[in-house]
Amino acid sequence: MPIQVLMPALSPTMTEGTLAKWLKSEGDAVSSGDVIAEIETDKATMEVEAVDEGIIGKLLVAEGTEGVAVNSPIAVLLADGEDASAADVAAPAAPAPVAESPVAAEPAAAAGPAPVQSIAAEPEWTGATVTQTLRESLRDGMAEEMRRDEKVFLIGEEVAQYEGAYKVSQGLLEEFGAERVIDTPITEHGFAGLAVGAGFMGLRPVVEFMTFNFAMQAIDHIINSAAKTLYMSGGQMGCPIVFRGPNGPASRVGAQHSQCYASWYAHCPGLKVISPYSASDAKGLLKSAIRDPNPVIFLENELIYGNSFDVPEDDDYTVPIGKAKVLREGTDVTLIAHSIMVGRALEAADTLAGEGLSAEVIDLRTIRPLDLETIIESVKKTNRVVSCEEGWPFAGIGSEIAMIVMENAFDWLDAPVGRVAGLDIPMPYAANLEKAALPQAEHIVEAAKTACYRT
Amino acid sequence: MAVKATKSKSKRAPKAAKSNLQASGEELLQYYREMLMIRRFEEKAGQLYGMGLIGGFCHLYIGQEAVVVGMQAAVTDDDAVITSYRDHGHMLACGMDPRGVMAELTGRSGGYSHGKGGSMHMFSKEKNFFGGHGIVAAQVPLGTGVAFAHKYNKTKNVSLTYLGDGAINQGQVYESMNMAALWSLPVIYVIENNKYAMGTSQERASAGTELYMRGTAYGVPGEQIDGMDVVAVRAAAEMAVTHCRDGKGPFILEMMTYRYRGHSMSDPAKYRKREEVQKMRSERDPIEHVRQLLLDGGYADEDVLKQFGREVKDIVSDAAEFAQNSPEPDMSELWTDILVDA
Repeated sequence: MPIQVLMPALSPTMTEGTLAKWLKSEGDAVSSGDVIAEIETDKATMEVEAVDEGIIGKLLVAEGTEGVAVNSPIAVLLADGEDASAADVAAPAAPAPVAESPVAAEPAAAAGPAPVQSIAAEPEWTGATVTQTLRESLRDGMAEEMRRDEKVFLIGEEVAQYEGAYKVSQGLLEEFGAERVIDTPITEHGFAGLAVGAGFMGLRPVVEFMTFNFAMQAIDHIINSAAKTLYMSGGQMGCPIVFRGPNGPASRVGAQHSQCYASWYAHCPGLKVISPYSASDAKGLLKSAIRDPNPVIFLENELIYGNSFDVPEDDDYTVPIGKAKVLREGTDVTLIAHSIMVGRALEAADTLAGEGLSAEVIDLRTIRPLDLETIIESVKKTNRVVSCEEGWPFAGIGSEIAMIVMENAFDWLDAPVGRVAGLDIPMPYAANLEKAALPQAEHIVEAAKTACYRT
Repeated sequence: MAVKATKSKSKRAPKAAKSNLQASGEELLQYYREMLMIRRFEEKAGQLYGMGLIGGFCHLYIGQEAVVVGMQAAVTDDDAVITSYRDHGHMLACGMDPRGVMAELTGRSGGYSHGKGGSMHMFSKEKNFFGGHGIVAAQVPLGTGVAFAHKYNKTKNVSLTYLGDGAINQGQVYESMNMAALWSLPVIYVIENNKYAMGTSQERASAGTELYMRGTAYGVPGEQIDGMDVVAVRAAAEMAVTHCRDGKGPFILEMMTYRYRGHSMSDPAKYRKREEVQKMRSERDPIEHVRQLLLDGGYADEDVLKQFGREVKDIVSDAAEFAQNSPEPDMSELWTDILVDA
């Protein structure tokens, strides 16, 4: 059978081009890879290579012809033993169809994201508790999971011999040894990528960033390598990994060391994002994160590492990812916060109570997946919402909360959603300026009163 | 003086050693077939791209076949492979199914990633192929992490981590080499030096063009190898693999090779002369080289090689047919594989 050589496309957008020059003549033998012609588009000149071997039986398009449609025959190639008359037969054949799906695509509306699943909250803890700092609870959470699963290891700067730049990994090197508690050079891009590769192999790395500010060096591996590979591999290769460390404004450290990454990471499908407040939630959620088969961003807060909380005495106590917690019930306004802002929201609720307003306080605990159910249930009760975060306002967590409240409870709203956030500026160093840049309890009180028309 | 001492660790493969290398007729036939498979597969991919059946980016491996085939000849199925976006040849050399690879190129449900990855993003846990990575040099720390896991799991396996002469200038390559050397990780960095990082020649991109020396600061030994000679590649690979399996840490192999086609299908490759490409093709073609060894050694005659050619062509035609007939992914695929159910 003679083979038709078709006008190739140089790019997915090319529909026609000029056949500038033939480099082979009728009767010439060609083999795979031989350049047979040059074609031009408005962008470039490119060479056409033979894919099959044979003898050029006929050139169907003359040199210099413009507007030759992609996929129309430009030459006929004869196999051994075929003569030119075969070329005549082949010539008038219709052009090959352009990439057409053999199966009609279903309308996009036929599919959608999995419906939001109701996640059960952890049962109320009635057993014994121990008073622990947030710092200690994180260490215990890691230690318990490392005892439970030998695939779990901790890697990061100063995590082993120094016992953590913020002393979160105290005692871990001693208990688990240098093979599982690994000090790295200062090389965030490198060790984040290395840990993701180990995760592809089925290990369960816990990557500590000294602070999340330095994870900017590694964000390509967090998003492009960790978060997207499961999808790009059609479900074959995932990455069970936890990236953890302090996040958010610290104290008097200037713009590069003071910002909240909750909204950055929460933006990306393929990641789970956790940002706890209490030590018991931090420990329970860190354990869930380490057991989770997906990449998890675990955002801690340096300023509350030393705060003490009651923590359940149970090596197997976990808190489900994706479930918020109502810390204080109220009827007039819902304050939604995460991490250090939860403390300020609770403080604001006390102040508001003194002014006759009953505020409900929700600790999101997990940013992604966001607990729509708890938020909407509360909004339907209070009809007023104020979101509280330390991050910048633009495209922040508050923006997302406002949107989902509109989408799911618009008719229940009695006032616009209020937003309390950090000022939209790089963090200043001066004590007075820094204080002014950060949202405090008084800002939450003010926003709540506005939402309740009590200004 | 210290520099000199370290330098002695990195040296060019001596020419004499190369010419001493022997491969059996059976081995040569196998390499010939594997290289021919990659060549024909890539030509077909180029053709399907020209017909609009393959979209986006498509980076062909034509000209570089001896590198991956020679490397693969020195490892076992339990060793891992990871590479960049010029990955079709690596997948075929790892034993992945040409149908699944071609159907991924056409974005069909029969592709390795169900059509959700494309040319640059395919994986096979079964074949220990870890991708397929589209961000230049991202595969280097990832492959180093695969080696970390080999060591953590106390196996003797190695990680073949391929990168190009463009990727070698990314910072994360050196972050990886440093950690691999510190922790003696079993990783072989295979630099496929095809002389051009997209349109920028190596001379214009790299201060110090002896890329096998790039690990010198970390004490990582390196060798420069003729990447157009599959037997030389295999010999170097065997030496590097032994080094890794003996717990001596990472190794760099700089493979001097050449790509006949542009950087991707949409690159007209105007930054080099046609004569340069023609010269490489006619004088240094890796497949022609083995073909001559087979004929000269009397291991095969023209008829046998023609038969090989027909068999390979049939496999590639079958893959292309499958890739065109496999249905597009179901719309439900949009929303699957984002997260694993916990």
